[in-house]
Amino acid sequence: MEQILVYFFTYKEAIFIIALSVFLGIEVISHVPSVLHTPLMSGANAISGVIIIGGIILVGHSDASKLSLELVLGIFAIIFATLNVVGGFVVTDRMLEMFKKKKK
Amino acid sequence: MDQVIGNLNGTDFTLGGTLLELSYLLAALFFVIGLKLLSHPETARKGNIYAASGMFLAIITTLLLHKNAQGGGIPPANIFIILGALGVGSVIGWIMALRIKMTAMPQMVSFYNATGGAASALVALLEFPNADMNNMGSVLVTILGLVIGSIAFSGSMVAYGKLDGKVGDIFSGMMKYVNIFLLLVVVAISVFIMTSGQTPEQLNWAIYLLLAVSLIYGVMFVMPIGGADMPVVISLLNSLTGIAATMAGFIYNNQAMILGGILVGAAGTILTILMCNAMNRSLLNVIIGAFGGGGASSGKDQVGDMKEITMSDASILLSYSKSVVIVPGYGLAVAQAQHACHELDVILSGKGVNVRYAIHPVAGRMPGHMNVLLAEADVPYNQLFEMDSINPDMPNTDVVMVIGANDVVNPAAITDPGSPIAGMPIINAHLAKNIIVMKRGRGRGYAGIENELFFDAKTRLLFGDAKNTLQNLVSEIKSL
Repeated sequence: MEQILVYFFTYKEAIFIIALSVFLGIEVISHVPSVLHTPLMSGANAISGVIIIGGIILVGHSDASKLSLELVLGIFAIIFATLNVVGGFVVTDRMLEMFKKKKK
Repeated sequence: MDQVIGNLNGTDFTLGGTLLELSYLLAALFFVIGLKLLSHPETARKGNIYAASGMFLAIITTLLLHKNAQGGGIPPANIFIILGALGVGSVIGWIMALRIKMTAMPQMVSFYNATGGAASALVALLEFPNADMNNMGSVLVTILGLVIGSIAFSGSMVAYGKLDGKVGDIFSGMMKYVNIFLLLVVVAISVFIMTSGQTPEQLNWAIYLLLAVSLIYGVMFVMPIGGADMPVVISLLNSLTGIAATMAGFIYNNQAMILGGILVGAAGTILTILMCNAMNRSLLNVIIGAFGGGGASSGKDQVGDMKEITMSDASILLSYSKSVVIVPGYGLAVAQAQHACHELDVILSGKGVNVRYAIHPVAGRMPGHMNVLLAEADVPYNQLFEMDSINPDMPNTDVVMVIGANDVVNPAAITDPGSPIAGMPIINAHLAKNIIVMKRGRGRGYAGIENELFFDAKTRLLFGDAKNTLQNLVSEIKSL
């Protein structure tokens, strides 16, 4: 228990960010028309690919001189995350492009 | 960049490190603004580009400026490897995104969500050996990243398979207990890892076991959920991926990851709840009380026959109507019939018929799925009506044409309190003067219940693939 409290204190800023971001996320989304549910879900999905930063840090500081399991898995983590990010944003843009076309 | 520009609580910080954090702040702001813009039709596309720019910025600055605990930057050899991985992922992702058909969008989103979850799980798995075992919090976030990431991965893959028709619904009453058991195992292993006091090397077996059980749980959790509940599950899995990214963000104390992840987590959760509300069901009900299959009661059996209509009768009926409402459903998407549908709508409009579309919030396999499809087929935005705005007009409608939709027009939701979809808001197709239903066969809808609308005295059926039927109907009307 004490360790959890210590952890809370160490990371208190981040935990504050989380608590407030939850409300921010809810507030930002809550009035979205159902027309946009699919693109929004897809766009949010692309943002969750932010794990790509973790992959870069991981591979960035691992030993690149030999081909270890860690390195290979790390590379896969980056590839997967990139798929999520690039694919997600491109697909969202494709969907939204169709709505745009209609307005003219 | 390595120049020390200040000191905080005894630790020097450099210009580069400060710029990196600043870029993360900027990226986080871009995410928030992006999401905000994404939720309005006029600004949605700009919002997507904002969010993508934020991501691009964070990737570049991390590559250039990130330092490990010893102050070493990312060596050129590693940068080379990372750029290679980024390149491979970008090319594959881009090609897939451009090739995918609009009808297959839900499974595409599921697939990307799976890759995001997999990345989180891998990062957590690989960082576990570096976890400080004396710090329970640090072990906890690593475990949570691994567990949530794996569940999001395997769950999304199953969802992808189901939406793509590769995996069927498997449901048995036992699954509920198996799932609870698996969850307990996950918790037990996690507690063991956190409290055993052993080194990460000694606990290697436990972490891989945890990975395996989490993956199995993801599969088992999504397997029994089917049909109309699929959108809810995708949205839920989406928010799980966000939370997994946040946990991984804690491992690196990286604000961009923490904020980006939790934003998606919160937005995904609220979106999930909005969808549940649209179906008048609780989230718990969706997860535990799987719809369809053998789980729910099948409603009362119908007496009477489904009455078919010939192509020529249907075309005459439609041509001489004043107002026609089209109710599209998943069948339209499966048959890729959106263009044929628009053709029919154009030809009828040309004859002076008022053609409108009634879009149920959960029609298709994803909320807004129908809007995307019809937009692809160039159906004007102002012809699409949401359920609540078109329902009052139903009694004045001459013909309602239900194309590949079923549960969203099932009056049992209103009339039969014992029905599994009782209370779900529906499009009141049964109130129209005439109803034409296009169906592939005599089978039941996704919820596995009989639809009394199809047996209604005012209802006529056109069996067959929606695209062929619509094309035939168009040529029939042309030849009138």
